Amino acid sequence: MDQRLEGVAVAHAVNVLLSGLFHASVLFLVAAGLQVVFGVQKIFNLACGSFYALGAYVGVSAVGWYVGAGGPPALFIVPLALAGLAVGAVGVVVERGLLRFVYDRDETFQLLMTFAIVLMMEDAIRLTWGTAPRSTGGLYLAYGQVRLFGATVPVYNLVVIAASLAIALAIGWLLARTAFGRIIRATADNREMAEALGVDMRRVYAKVFTLGTALGTLGGALVIPATAAMSEMGIELIVEAFAVVVIGGLGSMRGAFVGALVVGILRAIAISVYPELEMLLIYLIVIAVLVARPRGLFGGAAA
Amino acid sequence: MKTALAVGLGVAAIAAAPLVASTYHVLLMLPFMAYAIVLLGLNLLFGYTGLVSFGHALFIGLGAYAGAFLTTHAKIRSLEVILLVAAALGALVAVPVAALCVRYVKIYFGMLTLAFGMLFYTFVLKFYRLTGGDEGTPFLRPALLGRSLDAMPKIDYLVGPYYYYSLGVLALAALVMWRIVHSPFGLCLKTIRDNPVKAETLGISVTRHRFYAFVISAIYAAVGGALLGPPTGNVDPTLAYWTHSGNIVFMTLLGGFTSFFGPVVGAFVFIYLQNWVMSVVPYWRLIFGAMLAVIVIAAPDGLVGLVTRRRPALTGRA
Repeated sequence: MDQRLEGVAVAHAVNVLLSGLFHASVLFLVAAGLQVVFGVQKIFNLACGSFYALGAYVGVSAVGWYVGAGGPPALFIVPLALAGLAVGAVGVVVERGLLRFVYDRDETFQLLMTFAIVLMMEDAIRLTWGTAPRSTGGLYLAYGQVRLFGATVPVYNLVVIAASLAIALAIGWLLARTAFGRIIRATADNREMAEALGVDMRRVYAKVFTLGTALGTLGGALVIPATAAMSEMGIELIVEAFAVVVIGGLGSMRGAFVGALVVGILRAIAISVYPELEMLLIYLIVIAVLVARPRGLFGGAAA
Repeated sequence: MKTALAVGLGVAAIAAAPLVASTYHVLLMLPFMAYAIVLLGLNLLFGYTGLVSFGHALFIGLGAYAGAFLTTHAKIRSLEVILLVAAALGALVAVPVAALCVRYVKIYFGMLTLAFGMLFYTFVLKFYRLTGGDEGTPFLRPALLGRSLDAMPKIDYLVGPYYYYSLGVLALAALVMWRIVHSPFGLCLKTIRDNPVKAETLGISVTRHRFYAFVISAIYAAVGGALLGPPTGNVDPTLAYWTHSGNIVFMTLLGGFTSFFGPVVGAFVFIYLQNWVMSVVPYWRLIFGAMLAVIVIAAPDGLVGLVTRRRPALTGRA
């Protein structure tokens, strides 16, 4: 009897932990996009959430098209991820078309420019996909479920967690080991010096912003089989991603990783223990971190 | 002198509107006047002190919920009492929030205010026993100057007594704010905005002045928020959402944060233009987002800035 109760408690804990990790994986991708843009361009990009929503809708459309064309359901993640990455190209349009005009402006105006993008993207999505929620239907369970310590977990969640980890490692490698990564770190550290040493800022900014956008759109595409795409999902997620980067420290990749884990898992625990607390707890932590340690847990580390 | 003339004409036009304009347009004046009060306060922080809050929807929500709670649960219907309670509550909440926020500037100030705003939003959303959750709380019709007007048809009440009451509150709020920004205190704020280091060496306590500016702006937001309730008869959590905070900064920028009445103009244009756009296409955000982008790039001092900036150029040519 006691053992059975214990088994249920473990299964519940595993469930909570894994749903927290799944959410953290997606949050990490969006927050990483926020961080790389902030680290290099010093712009807090509110539109990261909108890119996430865009990725979700494009993902739904791509999967719908793929299934309609008779593709094997087991491989749906391929067109999903490719579509998510490809639509990241919208970043270069936004950067060249809007953002580059405000680089020499006060931070406030840069922030308001990204808010303008949030407003435009929300309605652009409504205009393209309508207001009804969109989902990929039953594909979520195409990979089946596994039992882990008594808990039933969709395999897709594990795939996303693994993919997010792989991307985290890839970003780490990109920043630490490649020439582009060195340029990013140098620019984040001292823009004038990097420019004086011959770095073409225009190209770096365009590339970095596109990278940040693609991380957001990929996050949106990956999350969508587990939920439904709604036009408000961007403005809802951006405040969570905001909590992630504040807790982790603005501009720091490691911060995005730890912050995403903290927010994702704490939220999952709060929902299962005392649902009223959910985000309330997260914002309390955000305020505590901002007041006690405004640079976050990993602030100061470049990009 | 020109400002005095423009203000006189403006007040006269607002006062005459119910006599000449259609009921529909007169009803739109109610949120305009409420927002104008909010923005006069917000601009003390934004335009005069140089701090941009992304969380002032908190205080709008606070004022609106205070009124809803008083009329629905406490059976207090006097609008004077409601406005006083909203102002007091706004100040009470603003004191700790401001004390923490004004230690930071720029992006950190914006982020901390955003976090406080979202904290309040989640509180309102989740503690539905107190707040009604996402359905909100009814804001029953308040009594004006001690007279219950429940017998009046709703439209007559709104375009009649409530309209002029709002105008009175707006005029009073503008007058008080005019005195504030033209007082030595207001001059200190401008000095702090332009050069905080210089202000400090001149003996101005930078954080204390920022603190007072924050609290005053919160009181204005709460009073304006309370006035937003009666026209719709209901208050809900979207009033406190972060995009609402963004929208009021947008309105301020649209009118022009560099002038005293700029934000009032901004509120007017925002509300009427939004209604007009929505009557044509439902996608007002697309158009307004593009408009905000253009303002940020080409006209950072807003509509009022466009008008006043052109004048010297014209006289120069003549």
